[in-house]
Amino acid sequence: MSKRIDVKDLNVYYGNFLAVEDVSINIEAKSVTAFIGPSGCGKSTFLRTLNRMHEVLPGARVEGEVLLDGDNLYGPGVDPVTVRSQIGMVFQRPNPFPTMSIRDNVLAGVKLNNQKFSKGEADTLVERSLQGANLWNEVKDRLEKPGSGLSGGQQQRLCIARAIAVEPQVILMDEPCSALDPISTLAIEDLINELKDQYTVVIVTHNMQQAARVSDRTAFFNIAGTGKPGKLIEYGDTHTIFSNPTVKATEDYVSGRFG
Amino acid sequence: MTATSLRSPQGAGRTGDKIFSGAALAAGCLILAVLFGVALFLVVQAIPALTAPADKIQGGAGFFPYIWPIVVGTLIAAVIALVIATPIAIGVALFISHFAPRQLAAGLGYVVDLLAAIPSVVYGAWGAAFLAKEISPAYNWLAGNLGWLPILQGPASATGKTILTAGIVLSVMVLPIITSLSREIFLQAPKLHEEAALALGATRWEMIKMAVLPFARPGIISAVMLGLGRALGETMAVALVLSSGALTASLIQSGNQTIAAEIALNFPEASGLKVSTLIAAGLVLFVITLCVNMIARWIITRHKEFSGAN
Repeated sequence: MSKRIDVKDLNVYYGNFLAVEDVSINIEAKSVTAFIGPSGCGKSTFLRTLNRMHEVLPGARVEGEVLLDGDNLYGPGVDPVTVRSQIGMVFQRPNPFPTMSIRDNVLAGVKLNNQKFSKGEADTLVERSLQGANLWNEVKDRLEKPGSGLSGGQQQRLCIARAIAVEPQVILMDEPCSALDPISTLAIEDLINELKDQYTVVIVTHNMQQAARVSDRTAFFNIAGTGKPGKLIEYGDTHTIFSNPTVKATEDYVSGRFG
Repeated sequence: MTATSLRSPQGAGRTGDKIFSGAALAAGCLILAVLFGVALFLVVQAIPALTAPADKIQGGAGFFPYIWPIVVGTLIAAVIALVIATPIAIGVALFISHFAPRQLAAGLGYVVDLLAAIPSVVYGAWGAAFLAKEISPAYNWLAGNLGWLPILQGPASATGKTILTAGIVLSVMVLPIITSLSREIFLQAPKLHEEAALALGATRWEMIKMAVLPFARPGIISAVMLGLGRALGETMAVALVLSSGALTASLIQSGNQTIAAEIALNFPEASGLKVSTLIAAGLVLFVITLCVNMIARWIITRHKEFSGAN
């Protein structure tokens, strides 16, 4: 089910502006990889290149390779739509479709990829996905109600259910807890721990404790100054990054001296 | 600091609030007063026609037999206009908002807005002098090949001055209204939900179906209703294009009439009960427009729970 991602010499541009420079990183399958770093260092931008969401913005482009189990996502003839159906994404702000019920939200992605399935199959899938997102017990009696009526934390778990319903290889999370209260954050973190049994999870977070709690490996990004490109400074086991980093900037950041 | 310092000085801020709320209230009341005034005028002036003996009304059969053919004619013209304009307008609006390169989108939006600036009499002249002539061969073809349909029954009008031509001219006139309103709504569709759809593996069209159109639905309905309002009330273009006559099922024969054009064509020479009859026709048009708007409101609020406004 899950695949690894290998990035080789990736440069990310907004028009002519180089936003992220020369990143090479190997993301293991069935593990949680966290990207940390100060605001504006390009970690979210870089994350969005991993499922070709970056190029949705006008003028945005990349140079380099992103290999999903050896297949280059930016190779000739690769359809970004197919890439995105294999690499799911959860956003900073919960974004269930307001015009759809909870049930339809979960099924939204599946209906795109696979037109024909029976009501029974759909019911099973809805239950399995919502259970996978630890949301089933809270919403099982109101599946036909709008998704926008849920609390922020529930909405975010609904978005995770929607992402895992299409059975992706990788799940990307862009600061999934930054708009949530501590209890909801804890629920999402528990969920991430469970998700890594089946999926490759990549999470961007501002919260270093969160990175330390949920991730197996951590990548630290930084920028030299405003207008300069972001760079991958250090990448390694989370334990090493937080207790014994090799680069001074990483140590300064994880110990709270800046950022 | 004592507690008294929290008390507001009788300063400008409070006065400004009062002036503003008063002005807003007055503006709101004015709208209601104008609406009520118009309704009252129409009713009072229409009463003589509504109560007159049947043989005194134009046509000699009473007010109802006089009014219903032109009500139907009005609705037919408006429906033709909307059926043609709505899909084109939504398509153009989507193209401008989501498909066209940025420079092209700006230019195209501007051109569509320009369509709204053309006076209706110019549209009428264009319809009568150019479109009607050019389109009559098409009507002949329709009458020959699809003549078994009651609405396309021959013989087609030789001049092309039919209700269908009037409807087509009206559709060009309502197109910019629906297009520019829909475009504004489409541009406001939340990026958040568009990205959610794309990240699930939606193509651009699927993204539009999932995230843009459902969001824009109430706005599209409002836009269509505004277009309908213009189509129902449009006078000059219909008066010039349509060679009016009795109610006819066929859209490609001359005949039919709309309320607005009927009033415009007859009002200058009308007097006495005839004026009253025409004003009563105006009252009917007013009521139709009101009903249409209420139905639109009802459609919009019916899905409020899923509108995303909560």
